[in-house]
Parts: sequence; structure tokens; C-alpha cells
Amino acid sequence: MWGRLLSLVRRRRLNAELADELDFHLERLEAEYRAQGLSPIDARRAARLDMGGITRVTEAYRDQLGIPTLEGGWRSLRFGMRSLRRTRGVTAAVAATLAVGIGANAAVFALVNGVLLKPLPYSDPDSLVAVNHGMTGTTDELPSAPYLYFTYREENRTFSGIGLWAIRPGNITGLDRPEQVQALYVTSEILPILGVQPMLGRQFSPQDDAPDGAPTVLLTYAYWQRKFGGNASVVGRTLVLDGQSQEVIGVMPRGFRFLDNQVDLIATFQLDRTQVTLGRYVFPSLGRLKPGVTLADAGADINRMVPLALARFPPPPGYTRDRFAARPVTPRLMPLKQTVVGNIAGMLWVLMGALGLLLLIACANVANLLLVRADGRQQELAIRAALGASRTRIAGELLVESTLLGLAGGALGLVLAHQVLYAVRALGPANLPRLDDITLDPLGLLFTLALSLAAGVLLGLVPVLRYANPQVSEVLRSGGRTMTQTRERHRGRAALLITQVAMALVLLVSSGLMVRTFQALSRVDPGFVRPEEVQMVRIAVPFGKVPEPERATRMQHAILARLEAVPGAVSAAFADIAPLDPGNSGSDTVLFVEGRTYAPGQARPLRRFEFISPGVFHTLGVPLVTGRDLTWSDLYDRRLVAVVSEQLARDEWQSPAGAIGRRVRASPDDPWREIVGVVGNVRDNGMHRDPPPTVYFPALMDRFWSAATLSFRSATFLIRSRRAGTEGLLRDMHSAVWAVNGNLPLAEIRTLDQAYQRSLARTSFALVMLTIAGGMGLLLGAIGVYGVTAYVAAQRTAEIGIRLALGAQRGQVRRQFLREGMRPTAAGVAIGLAAAAALTRLMSSLLFGVNRLDPLTYVLVTFVLLAVATLAAYVPAWRASRNDPIEALREG
Amino acid sequence: MSRQVLQGTLDLMVLRTLEAMGPQHGFGLAKRILQVSEGMLDLNQGTLYPALLRLQQRGWIKSRLAVSDNNRKAKYYELTSRGRRQIAREAANWERAVSLMDRFLRNLATSEE
Repeated sequence: MWGRLLSLVRRRRLNAELADELDFHLERLEAEYRAQGLSPIDARRAARLDMGGITRVTEAYRDQLGIPTLEGGWRSLRFGMRSLRRTRGVTAAVAATLAVGIGANAAVFALVNGVLLKPLPYSDPDSLVAVNHGMTGTTDELPSAPYLYFTYREENRTFSGIGLWAIRPGNITGLDRPEQVQALYVTSEILPILGVQPMLGRQFSPQDDAPDGAPTVLLTYAYWQRKFGGNASVVGRTLVLDGQSQEVIGVMPRGFRFLDNQVDLIATFQLDRTQVTLGRYVFPSLGRLKPGVTLADAGADINRMVPLALARFPPPPGYTRDRFAARPVTPRLMPLKQTVVGNIAGMLWVLMGALGLLLLIACANVANLLLVRADGRQQELAIRAALGASRTRIAGELLVESTLLGLAGGALGLVLAHQVLYAVRALGPANLPRLDDITLDPLGLLFTLALSLAAGVLLGLVPVLRYANPQVSEVLRSGGRTMTQTRERHRGRAALLITQVAMALVLLVSSGLMVRTFQALSRVDPGFVRPEEVQMVRIAVPFGKVPEPERATRMQHAILARLEAVPGAVSAAFADIAPLDPGNSGSDTVLFVEGRTYAPGQARPLRRFEFISPGVFHTLGVPLVTGRDLTWSDLYDRRLVAVVSEQLARDEWQSPAGAIGRRVRASPDDPWREIVGVVGNVRDNGMHRDPPPTVYFPALMDRFWSAATLSFRSATFLIRSRRAGTEGLLRDMHSAVWAVNGNLPLAEIRTLDQAYQRSLARTSFALVMLTIAGGMGLLLGAIGVYGVTAYVAAQRTAEIGIRLALGAQRGQVRRQFLREGMRPTAAGVAIGLAAAAALTRLMSSLLFGVNRLDPLTYVLVTFVLLAVATLAAYVPAWRASRNDPIEALREG
Repeated sequence: MSRQVLQGTLDLMVLRTLEAMGPQHGFGLAKRILQVSEGMLDLNQGTLYPALLRLQQRGWIKSRLAVSDNNRKAKYYELTSRGRRQIAREAANWERAVSLMDRFLRNLATSEE
């Protein structure tokens, strides 16, 4: 074998040498014949005859030289490419169609891979779990609490590590200008649990997390680059975070993200174990399971430890231990990845299904086109078969052609997918997590390659199965137009068209339902008015500079006054949380209602608590149903008042009016607070969910949650102005705030409308994708209908000619071909409607406000499809009827 | 003769001729083989030159360019040591095959008697 390969390499020289050798041989033969007495001419002739066919020699030599199967394959390839180039139009159409189908699927695969399949970027991510809790009597999930954390840390048998974390905004001062940052607070175990090491400096030690330890921070790579220019000397410098000096001990590696959150720096909680009490379920927790431990084991372990925790720590002042022991927490563990991915999985799988369907439609179209192409070559193939080309040879060539087409389509599709993914990342739909993980990685490329090859080979089988062994003589004689063959071919083509139309209908129905869902969501009253006019900004008054709660509130009041004075501002107010913020439901808690008792074991419902300044409702456009809003004297005089939402009023007292004068409190040891007003509901949990029952407390209070005085330093400021969202307003707001305190950064700047759009984002993303898929399905279906009708018309040109010559009306001919094209379409529509009725069950989680069998959608979609199909069939039908009978007869 | 058998025997003939004649060019080999077979073997040049290439690929002969007796440049072939060993092996195989066939033919003939 080596010898063969070697001679392959030197083939040109060997061939030249052979030519020389044969020349030599010929000369010597000639010389011999001349020596025998023949004339030079005769000698030459004799020598030539003796040599035999020189070409034959050279051919035999060449065969010995090369490696036959390889050469045969290469020849087939060249032949296939030439053949494709000849029918350029069809080739282009097929490649483009496949590009769309394969590209769309490659893009969705990258989405599914990046979001659902790829593991989290931490070591051994499958053993990482999120540790949450439930409480008997409620379905809501609670994060962990310090008393539980300390107990788990000391007593557990199933976790190799467990810790708490929280992400809070923080103020950095002491650098060039004050800045608000996203700070990740952790207990010292968290980063080692994830297996992430700083690339510069050192890790947190338990001493860094101790309450008496010097405060330390780790910077993230991006923040380090931005603020310190990537200078390695940053280790050892001090930063001032929320008024406290922190030493920088290291920098995290590039690309580190904490559970899909971008943070600027990492600090430690420095929890003081001696101050920990029961309760305070405010910090999320994560842990790593020991090898071989299941979630069930860990859950059982937690159940064992909860009573230990209840015994180990004191209850907070004003509470008794029994109250906590009566409602112990239960474990709710889930793989950490699930908390990151959320509930996006359903939508992505639906998308993948839809685009897979689209690919099938594209393939059906391509199969049709390939059949048309093979039709055109019927005579050529028959002749070749007659001349001795084997069936496998012809089949092989057809397969090579279609595989080339598949690969070409796949390559174009990759380009398309790349663009789509770029657009998706740029748009950054809000509910799509792990955006950075969505790329065309080697797995995605492999998927695309496999898809292209599969498409190419399977599609190639279609013409092969039909034409690889033509009945040679029959084909040659009839010119490829016998009745039986035409009918067979037509049946095959019609079957393909029916499936195409059916699938297009399913896609259109699903996108139609999404349109209706989006419409329904958009029509839902969010509770506020003209959100595009409400500017939101988060401002935090630092504890270090303004330690007294009342002074903090007065500062916030001063800021409001300045903001209202800004040109164009109608009103301003602040609240501790922003409307429609996704994290709002995390802090829902129980509200105690005077006169309402609960049986043991019956749980109090959780309510949304908001802490507001006066004027919030006016600024947002939330109507006052009855009673009054809070006033500034309510705040400064520490009056015991509150406002509730209409939903809460109805839940507790059956009517808004029934709430006025009633009393509520946040904990059994607080004084009762009187309800003075009832306001309209705000759909704070999103348009697709019911508005949460909400209680609004003043932002400055005494004796609330057992705190002496409570104020809310970090608040979202709301300003209503026609200039919301403009640079000009932003500048004016900055001046207004800094006139009060030059050290306050403005963060999370957005309009309420942006938050509103983000809350619709999950739906709108699915909507856009499914509509595109539906539109493409419709287009491809139309092309299919056109193709079938055109083909049938072309086949029967002779017949048309005869009929027209015999006096048939052009209109009649037109109508007949229209029927030809529409009959399979109608069948496809019927099947498609049935399929849609069955398949839409898979997307019911995405729908809102519309029944999955919504008649309006189905009827409308059917109508559109039939209209487009009719148009597509009409064109060739019309052209057929315009045939000049003489021409037609001649052609036939 | 079947193609495979012919190829094998031709290879052996060429090797043996080279062993006996020493280095030789294609024309000389053809003439010699024709001579030895006394015209029974109609050697087609279409089979000789590919055979020579095959023998080179297997490493049993090697070639070089030299000046021939009529002052023309020609490609001369000669045996390699591997080729010499191959001759001995092939000759042994051939004799074994012949004696086996012989036994059958003789036996059958005697049993028929």
C-alpha cells in the first residue's frame, strides 16, 4: 500500500517517464523491423501494431498508479458540482430554502444549548443546590435565614459546604466620583463552594467573614478594568463602601458571573452569631452536596436540623419561641441551575418544535424541487442506463448532488444563524437568562453539520427512489410522458404538498395564538397610567454620612422637592421598591389584621409590603378608591397609619369601604396602624398574574418590626414628566439631587414603560420567533402550491392546446388548474386544523387570555392560508390558459 | 488464463528474467520473455509496463535511468534483495502447486484404469 501512495505522489513524473519508455520501446521495435528488411514506413507500422494500443497501455498504467475508489469518489464530486451548476436556478432555490430551515434550527439549538443544556460554569455543577424553604400553610418559597445557616453549617451531614448570599446595591465613595455598584455579599464558604479562585490576590478567609474582622472586598474583572485600569497594585488599596472602609484583597477572573448576575464587587456579610435570632428569612442560600448524596437525603437532613436550629437561637424581642416552633420551615431544594434558568424551558422547547416543523416544510419543498429537477433529466438518465451505467452509479451521483446541496444549505444556514444569535444577544430579551452562554460552539456546529448531511442524504433519496432505475426503453420511447408515470408523480407531489400545507397551518395557528396572547396582555390594565411619562431612578442615602433615620427621610424629601421643581416635572415621590421589578415577590410577608384569628395550622396569607412617601399614587396614576393618601406629617409625626390596595381590602373586608378605619400591623408586638385609604390594584407581578394584595406603609415609622425608628435609605424615585427618558431630564435630575447632596449617585435609570415592556418580554420574544416561523412556513407553503400547479400545467401543455383549439374557454382551463392546485391544499388545511388542535396543547403555558382552540384565530389563519394558496395557484393557472394552442401542440 | 493468475505468473517471470539477465530495460525484458516462451506467451505491452510499476510499488525491483547500448537514455530495472527472496518464495509455492495438481491428475488417471 505504501508503494501505491508513494507512486501517487510522484504520478506526473512517472507518467512522463512512461511516455519516454514507450517511445524508446517503439524506436527499438522499428529498428528491428528495419533490420529485417522492411521499409522505414512499413517498419514503423509494424512496430506500432506490435505495441498494441498505446492508449490502452497508458490507461492500464494509470490504473495501477492510482487508488481507484478515491478517484471514483472525486470524479463523482466534480461531476455532481458541474451538474448543479447547470441547473443554477433550482440549485439556488434549494440551497436558500435549506439555509433558512437549517439556520433557524441551528440558532434555536444554540439557544437551547446555552440556556438549558450547558452546565453552570462552576466546578462539578451538578452537585450544587439552591437551599430554599417553605412554611407549612403557604405555597410561597422563602429564602434562608442566618439562624438556619449557622445551624446547617455546624450540624449538617449531607453538604460539603453551605452558605448565604445576597445582591444589594451599594455606594462607592472616595474615588473620582460617587458611584452606585452592584455588590454581592457572601459568607466565606460561597466562592470555595463554587470552586472559583481569584486570579489576583487571595480568597476570603473565615476571618474576613468574622464580625470583628477587618472588612475586605474582592473586585470583579470588569470593575477592576473600569475603575483601576487593570492595575495589579489594586490589591491592598481601600475603598469606601456604604461609608465603610474596605480593603481590596483580590480580583476575580475574567468572565466570572454569579448565577447569571453581573456584580461589581464581592464583600462578606460579617454576621455576628451572637446577635442572630430566629426568623429573618431574607438571604438566598446555596450549597454543595457531598458525593453520592441526593436531594432527598439533603432534605431529610434539613428536616432533622430545623428543630435543632429552633432550640439553638433566641427568638427576636417581642416574639416567643413557640410562635416559630408552631410553623417550622420545610426544605425546598432544587438544582442550582434551575434557579438560573427559571421557567424559560417550556418556551424554548416549543420554539425548537416550531422551527423543527419549519425545517420539515423546507425539506418538503426541496424534495419537490429535486423531483422536478430529476424529471428534467429523465431522458439523460435513461440513456446513461442504457449505455451501461449501473443503478448504484446513478443513485450515487444523485446522492452526491443532494448532499452537496445539503452542505451548501447548512453553510449558508450557519451564517444566518450567526446573524440571528447576534441580534438576540443585542436585543437581550429580559427573561432569557445566560445570554453570554448562547453561542455557536463546536456542539452547535456539529449539530448543523449533522442536520445538513441528514437533509442532503434523505432528500437525495427522494429522486433516487423514483428515478434510479427507469424503465429504460419505455422512457426513451415515450419521451417521459406516459399517463401512469404522470399520475404517480403527481400523487407523490400532491402528498408532499398536503404535508407542507398542514405544517404551515400549524405554525400559523401557533403564531396567531401568540399574537392574541400579546394583545390580551397589552390590554390588561397595569394599574398605573401612561408609564412612558414616569422616570425611575434609584438613590441610596448612605448610612455612614446620614446615620439618623429621620434625617435620611428629610434628605429624601428635599430631593423630591428639587425634583418637582425641575422643568416639565408634574410630580415626584419615592417608594422602597420599583413597580414591576422581578424581585418584588421575594419579600412578601404576613400582615396581622385586627380581629382576624387563624386556627392552628391555618396559615396567614402573604402580602406585598411597600414603604412609600406621599404622592406615589398620584405620580403613578393609581386611582384613589376611597379615603386618603399619606401626608408628610403622617411621616414626621410618626402617625400610625397605612394604605391598602383594593384587592387586599376585598380579601379581608369584602369591600374597599369596609377597610377604612380597620387596623393592621406587621408583627404582634407593633402597635396597630389604622387604614386611612384604599387605592387601585397594580399588577406588580406581571400582566399575566393577578395583582398582589398590597399594604402601603409610610417610609418613616417608629416601632415597626420591633425597630425603634425605620427609614428606607435606598428607594426608587418616581418622577412624572413628559420629558421622561430624555437626556435633558436626566441632567436636570442630577443637578437637583446633587444640590442636596453631592455624594449621591443615581442608579437604575429607566422609565416605567421600559419596566412594563420588560415584563412582557418573555411573551414578546416567543411571539416574534413564532411569527417569523409562521410567516416563513406560509411563504414556503405558497411556493409549494405554485410549484405543484405549475408542474401540472407544464405536463399537460399538449392537452391544454388541444382543448383550446377545440373551443374550450380560457376561463374554464384556468379554473380547472386552479382546482388542481387547490385540492391538495384544501386537504392539507383540513389535516393541519386537526393537527393544530392537538398540538397547541404543548404551548398552553405560553398563552394568556385566549383559548388554545380559539375559533377566531383558526378561522382567520385558514382564510389567510387559502387566500395565499389561491393566489399562488392562480399565477400558473392563468399562464396555462394563455397558451397559444399551436405552440402547445407543437411542444407536445 | 484468469487475470489474477496471469498477473502472478507474469510477476514471477519478470523477476526471474531480471535475475538471469541482470539489469534490463522494458523492451529488452519483453523480447526476452517472448523468446523464452517460444511465442506461446502473447505478451501485451499493456500488461508488461503496469506489471513493472507494480513490482516497483512492492519494492521487489528498482529503476534508474542509464544510457542504453544505442546511446539513448532508457529506464533500467534491476532486482532488489527483497525481490530475490520473493523469487525463492514464489518458486517454492509454484512447485508445490504443480506437484499437488500432478498428484490429483495422476491418481485419478490410475483409479480410472
